[in-house]
Amino acid sequence: MTGRLGALLRRDLARLLLGGRRGGAILPILFFLAVAMIYPFAVGPDAPLLARTGGGVIWVAALLAAILPLDRLIEPDIELGFFDQWALRGISEEWTVSVRILAHWLSFGPPLMLAALPAAALLGLDGDTIGLVELGLLAGTPGLAALGVMVAALTAGLRGGAALSGMLVIPLAVPLLIFGAGSLSTGGNAGIALTAACSLVLLAIAPFAAGAAIRAARD
Amino acid sequence: MQECRIAAEKLACRRGDRVLFSDLDFALSPGDALQIVGSNGIGKSSLLRILAGLMRPFMGHVSRAGAIGLIDERAALDPDLPLGKALALWQRIDGPVDNELARLGLAGLLDVPVRYLSTGQTKRAALARLLGQGAPVWLLDEPLNGLDTDAVDLVATLVAEHCRAGGICVIASHQPFDLPGLQRLALMDFAV
Repeated sequence: MTGRLGALLRRDLARLLLGGRRGGAILPILFFLAVAMIYPFAVGPDAPLLARTGGGVIWVAALLAAILPLDRLIEPDIELGFFDQWALRGISEEWTVSVRILAHWLSFGPPLMLAALPAAALLGLDGDTIGLVELGLLAGTPGLAALGVMVAALTAGLRGGAALSGMLVIPLAVPLLIFGAGSLSTGGNAGIALTAACSLVLLAIAPFAAGAAIRAARD
Repeated sequence: MQECRIAAEKLACRRGDRVLFSDLDFALSPGDALQIVGSNGIGKSSLLRILAGLMRPFMGHVSRAGAIGLIDERAALDPDLPLGKALALWQRIDGPVDNELARLGLAGLLDVPVRYLSTGQTKRAALARLLGQGAPVWLLDEPLNGLDTDAVDLVATLVAEHCRAGGICVIASHQPFDLPGLQRLALMDFAV
């Protein structure tokens, strides 16, 4: 079983990082940087204001960037028949979805944390804030990945699924955003811990919810 | 080949509000091949998906032993990858079983991305995936679609070899299938 899951992880990573014709991991990152870049244009060159609000902007940009890859997380593999073939081989949807969440996080979380550094520089954040943003993203992006895969599975095959999944992710990601971005203003680790707790809850629910959704989509 | 068996008991299938067929019974043991015939929309594909365990029957029960290999209209191969790499995924999952690429006429296509393959070539690639799986029970949904006459004969040969080796094969197709000892099941006899 481990070898099979390893094969799945390799495939998922190659597909999500490079992406083929659907665009790989680089597009959400560029989008994230673009949002961080246009924000100073919109509010003007007021350095204290940028430094005070910049952390929150990074969080909003990360959340929006997490929506971009949703339509290629689950639906293509249902259409191509992959989930059926895995199920016939006794690899349950829960396992394939867990592997998919891990691959999605690897192709999305660390690159985003890396891109947060130039974004923080653009917004003029100080060292402490950058550290909190990075910690918060480390705690929050696994939850975002789990949420993304779960919503992608729930909306797979629906008309307007891509737009709908965006509408579903945003309210469900609000706790992550409140605790993650909130830790910036309180300056404490409690916010980070609560962000991590939200992530863990999402990680625990997502494989079962997404697996059930994929099975229900078969009927 | 591992022990295999597949049997349907009082099977009924419903799609939406319509019951497509009911009271379907059959049992297949090693070496058996069964062709399910019937017009479009009568429930051949649904029956295969129920037999595979991918769909729940409306009523009745399927008992099966042995791994199941399924071919349907979807090849389950990554369209962006070259054929060789797309098949390599399944070899890593299924283990090193010979998928007889040369015999299927795929040996020269391994560098070609799957999305550039023709309908018939994609079907051959799906057959390679099936052979590499080494499953004793084959469920083939319209396996002849898009294949040229040589490939149609090849599929019949492959099925015959598979059954001779103690496998089971269920074929859903409205096209005539030339195979000695092939049982036939007309789905319209069970239509509601």
